[in-house]
Amino acid sequence: MAPISGPDTTQRSYLWQDGTVRSWLLTTDHKRIALLYMASITAFFVLGSVGAALIRLHLISPTGAILSDATYSRMFTMHGIVMVWLFLVPSIPVTLGNFLVPLMLGAKDLAFPRLNLISWYLFIMAGALVVYGLFRGGLETGWTFYTPLSTDYTQGRVLPVVAGVFLSGFSSIATGVNFIISIHQLRAPGLTWYRLPLMLWALYATSVIFVLATPVLSITLLLLAFEHFFHVGVFDPALGGDPLLFQHLFWFYSHPAVYIMILPGMGVVSEVVSTFCHKPVFGYRFVAWSSISIAAIGFLVWGHHMFVAGTSLYAAVVFSMLSFLVSVPSAIKVFNWLGTMHGGAIRLDAPMLYAMGFIGLFTVGGLTGLFLASLASDVHLTQTYFVVAHFHYIMVGGMVSAYFAGLHYWWPKITGRMYPEMWGRTAAALLFFGFNLTFFPQFILGYEGMPRRYATYPAQFQVLNVLSSAGASILALAYILPLIYFTWSLFRGAPATDNPWQATGLEWRTSSPPPVENFITPPVVTHEAYDYAALDHPDTAQRAEAPHV
Amino acid sequence: MSEHPEPYDSPQHRDETAIAGMWLFLASEILLFGGLFLIFVVYSHSHAAGWALGVRHTSLVIGGINTVLLLTSSMVYILGVEAARNGNARGIIQAGLGAAALGMTFLCLKGWEWHTEFGEHLFPGPGFAIGGPQAGGAQLFYSFYFLSTALHGLHMLVGIGLIAWVCLRTYRGRGRLLQVMPVEVVGLYWSFVDLVWILLFPVLYLIGRV
Amino acid sequence: MSWLPEASAHASRVDILLAGLLLISLAVLGLVFGLMMLNIIRFRVGSRVPVSAEMVAHKSWRFEIGWTATTLAIFFMLFLWAARLYVVGFQPPPGAIQIYVTGKQWMWKAQYPGGQREINALHVPMGRPVQLLLTSEDVIHDFSIPVLRIKHDVLPGRYQSLWFTATQAGAFRFYCTQFCGIGHSRMTGTLIVLTPTDYARWLGQTPASGSLATKGEALFIHNGCSGCHVSQPYAPGADDTSRAPSMVGLYGSEVTGADGQRMRVDNAFLHDAILHIGAARGQVVTYATRMPSYRGVLGEEDLAALIAYLQTLSPSRSSGMGVSAVSARKGD
Repeated sequence: MAPISGPDTTQRSYLWQDGTVRSWLLTTDHKRIALLYMASITAFFVLGSVGAALIRLHLISPTGAILSDATYSRMFTMHGIVMVWLFLVPSIPVTLGNFLVPLMLGAKDLAFPRLNLISWYLFIMAGALVVYGLFRGGLETGWTFYTPLSTDYTQGRVLPVVAGVFLSGFSSIATGVNFIISIHQLRAPGLTWYRLPLMLWALYATSVIFVLATPVLSITLLLLAFEHFFHVGVFDPALGGDPLLFQHLFWFYSHPAVYIMILPGMGVVSEVVSTFCHKPVFGYRFVAWSSISIAAIGFLVWGHHMFVAGTSLYAAVVFSMLSFLVSVPSAIKVFNWLGTMHGGAIRLDAPMLYAMGFIGLFTVGGLTGLFLASLASDVHLTQTYFVVAHFHYIMVGGMVSAYFAGLHYWWPKITGRMYPEMWGRTAAALLFFGFNLTFFPQFILGYEGMPRRYATYPAQFQVLNVLSSAGASILALAYILPLIYFTWSLFRGAPATDNPWQATGLEWRTSSPPPVENFITPPVVTHEAYDYAALDHPDTAQRAEAPHV
Repeated sequence: MSEHPEPYDSPQHRDETAIAGMWLFLASEILLFGGLFLIFVVYSHSHAAGWALGVRHTSLVIGGINTVLLLTSSMVYILGVEAARNGNARGIIQAGLGAAALGMTFLCLKGWEWHTEFGEHLFPGPGFAIGGPQAGGAQLFYSFYFLSTALHGLHMLVGIGLIAWVCLRTYRGRGRLLQVMPVEVVGLYWSFVDLVWILLFPVLYLIGRV
Repeated sequence: MSWLPEASAHASRVDILLAGLLLISLAVLGLVFGLMMLNIIRFRVGSRVPVSAEMVAHKSWRFEIGWTATTLAIFFMLFLWAARLYVVGFQPPPGAIQIYVTGKQWMWKAQYPGGQREINALHVPMGRPVQLLLTSEDVIHDFSIPVLRIKHDVLPGRYQSLWFTATQAGAFRFYCTQFCGIGHSRMTGTLIVLTPTDYARWLGQTPASGSLATKGEALFIHNGCSGCHVSQPYAPGADDTSRAPSMVGLYGSEVTGADGQRMRVDNAFLHDAILHIGAARGQVVTYATRMPSYRGVLGEEDLAALIAYLQTLSPSRSSGMGVSAVSARKGD
C-alpha cells in the first residue's frame, strides 16, 4: 500500500500551489477552507479562554476580586456564547471534518465546494456580529437567553448577538448538508458504508443534528428578537405568553447541540485509539450505530434541563427515563475503546495520550450526568456548580481533549511537518491534570449548594474556588504550549512522511500535505476499515489492489 | 474563484448530488417552520377564544385569492421543468416569468393586506385594536400571523430571485446544451414555499373562523 | 457526604441516593481506568502478546450485548429510585403552613398567614410541614434551599409549590439559582428553623399589619370584589344570584372549564382567575356581568392576601392543597 503520489508533490501541495491572499480567501478547496476555519476558531477559542481566565481570577475572592457584578455577568455570557457557538459547535466538524471528509472518502472535494466557502463567510460574519454585540455594550443573559429576562429586562445588546448566533446556525446547516451529501454521493469505489472510518459515521450523525436541530434554534431566536423589539407577548406571561415555551424550543436545539459538540470528538478518538493500538476498532458496527442512536435519542431528552422549571410531573418522569437511555450508547463506545486496546500494540504518542484523557474525563462527565438525569438528585444539583463541572467535563475534558488529539494526529497530514513529540506529551499531561484541578472542586461546590453565575459567594466556598482557579492557570499553560509548538513546527518541524503513524485510512495514502486534487490517482478501496493486516503485509495487499498502484 | 477540481464523476452525478442537497435543505426548512407551528399548536389551544377572534379579523378574500395565485404559480413553473426536460429554452423562460409574476402579485396583495392591518392597529403592542378579555389571545395570534407571513414572504422573495436567476442563465446560455438540474432544484424550492402556504392558509384564515 | 447539613428527612433520602450514585460511578470509573492501565501495561509496544483479531471478533457480540444489558439494567434501577423521591415533592401533606414567597429583582419577600412579612429571611417551625407558594414579579428566579435538597423555579404570573418538613433547628442559606440579572448573586437569604415554641414566640413578636386574611378582606371590599361576589351563602330565596358566584365554599371545590374539563379551585386557579390568565380564563361564563382583569391593579402581595382571605371562606378545605399535584397547564 504505497502512497499514491508523484515525486513532485511538495510543489503541488495545496498549501503552496498559489500563495496569494486572494487565492486563500476565494478558495473552494476544502483543505484551505479547513485552515481558514482553524484560524478563526482558534481566535474565538482564545477570546473565550480569556473570558474564562477573568472569571476564575474574579472568583478567587468571595466578594469578587476584579469585576463589577455587571461586568462579571457580561463576562460569563460572553464566555458561554463564544465557546458554544463560535468554538465548540463548529470546532472538529469545520476544521478536521472539512479537511478529512473528502480525503477519507477518496474524493476530490466536498459535494458543494462553493457552499463550503459561503459557510465560512457566514461564520465570520456571525462571529463579527457576536463580538461587536458583546464588546459594545455587552449582554447579561447567560448563553441561554431565558425569557423574560432577555426580552423585557435587559439593557444589553440583544440584537447583534442574537443575529450573530442566528447566522452561525446557517453556517452549521451548510456544513451539515455538505457532509451528509458528500458521504452519500462521493464514496470511492469499494468504500461501502461499513468500510467507512468511524470518524465519518460520527460526522454523519453530527450533520443530521446540524440539519434538523439548528433551524429550530433559528426560529426560536427570531421569536426572541421579535418579542424583544415589539413586546408582543409570545413569551411574556403578563400578556398571556408562556416563558417556558421558550425554554422548550431553546433546549430542543441546545440539547442535541451537546451531541454536536461531543460526537465528532468520539469519532476522532475511535480513529486515534485504533491507530495507536494498531488494531481494528472493537465492535465496529456497535460504535458506528451508537453514533446514530445518540443523534436520534438526543432529540428526545431536552426536557431534562427543565426538571425544576415547572413542567408537569409526567413530562419530567419521561424525560428522565429517556436521558438514562441516551447514555447507554455512550457507555457502549467507552467499553469498545477499552476492548480495542485489549490485545493491541499500544504506543503512547501525544494523540493517544489526549484520546485516553478524553476517555477518562468523558466517563466522569457521563457518570455525573447520571446524577442530573436522576430526578431527585437533579433537583438538588441543577443550576449549581455541579452542572458547571459536569458539562465542562464533557465539553472541555471531552471535546477539547479530542480536538487536540485530532490536531496532533492529523497535523503531519495537514502541514507536512511533525510536531515536537515530547512537548506534545507534556501538554497532554498538563491538560489532564490542570483540567481535573479546575473542575473537580466544582462538583463539591455544587453539592454544597453554590449556585452558578454568582459574582460573589459565601466565604465558606472560598478554598475550593481558589483551588479551581489555580487549576485554571495550569489549564491555560496546556493551551498556550500547543499554540507555540504548532507554530514552531510549521516552519521548523521535521518533514512528515505520508503515513507517520502506520494508520489505515485513505487520507494516509496520499502525500503529506496532500496535492490540490487530494489523490493523484483516484483510490479504490478493497479492504475493511482498519485492516492492519493489509497494511503490514503490503505484498498481499498490493496484489489485491494491482490496478491502481 | 480559484479553480479547484470538481468532486463529481459525471454531469449526471453532479445533478443528482445537487438535487439531493436541495431535499436535505428542505428538510431543514421544515424544522424551521415546525418551530413556528409549535407556537400555533400551543397558543391556539391555551388561548382558543382569543385566537379564534384573531382569525376572524383576517381577510379571507385576500387569503383565498393568494392561495389560488400561489397554486397556479407552482403549476406554471412545473410546465417550465417539463420544457427543460424537452430542451425547450423558450418554454423555461416563459414559465419562469409567469410563475415569478404570479408570485409578485401574491406579495403585492400580501403587502396590501399588511398595510390595511397596520391601519386597523392589528399589529400587537400598545394600542392593539382588539380589546376585552380575549385581547391577549388575539395578540398572540397576530404575533404568529405577522411573523409567519413575514418569514414566508422572505422565502417567496428568495424563490422569485432564484426563478429570475434560472431565466437569466437560460437566456444567456441559448444555443448551448440546456441544463435541467438548476430548473428542477429551484422547482423543488418553489414547491416547498407553496406547500408552506398551503399549511399556513387554514391556520391563519380558516381554523376558528366559524 | 455530611458536611452539608441534612435539615429534613427528604434531605437524608436524597443523600442516600447520591451516595448510591457515587458508589456506582466510582465502580465504573475504577473499571474504566483499571482496564486502561492494565491494557497499557500488558499491551504497549514491546510486550510480546500476539494480536488475535479473529478470536476477538468472534467474542464481540457476546460482550456487546453483555455490557449494553448491564448498563441498561443499572440505569433503569437508578431512574426508578430517583423518580420515586421526586414525585413526593409534588404532594404536600394536609395541614401544611402556607407561606407566600415572592421574588423580584433582587430580593425575596415572604408573607405569613398571620400577616407577618419579611425580606430575604424565612422563619419556619421544626417538625411541621411548610408549603411555600412561589411567584415572581418580573423574571424567572429559582428558590433553592441546599440543606433541604430542594429547589424550584419561580415564574412570573403563576404559583409554584415547594414543600418540606424541617427537622433540624438552625440558620441556613437559601439562594436564587436561576440567573435573573446582574444582581443575581445578591438574591440570597436565611432560612431560620425554630422549635415550635420559639416559632410561636417569633410570630408573636413580629409586627403584623393584621393577618393576611384580614388584609385580604380589606382588599376584597376596597377593590370592589364585594360588589358582585358575596361572602356569605346566598339565602335560599335570594332574588339575584346571577351576578357572580358566591365565594363561600368555592376554594377547594371543582368547577367546569371552557373545554368541559373539571378544574379544582386552588391558589393557582384563583390567582389566574383574578388576572384573567392561564386555564382559569376559559371558565364557562353563566353570570350576567363579566369580571374585569385585575392585572396591573393588584400586585402579587395583594393576590396572596386575597387568596388567603378566600380560603377562610371555605374553612373545611383551606389547607394543604395549594397547587394541585399535576396542574399541568397548556403549554407546559
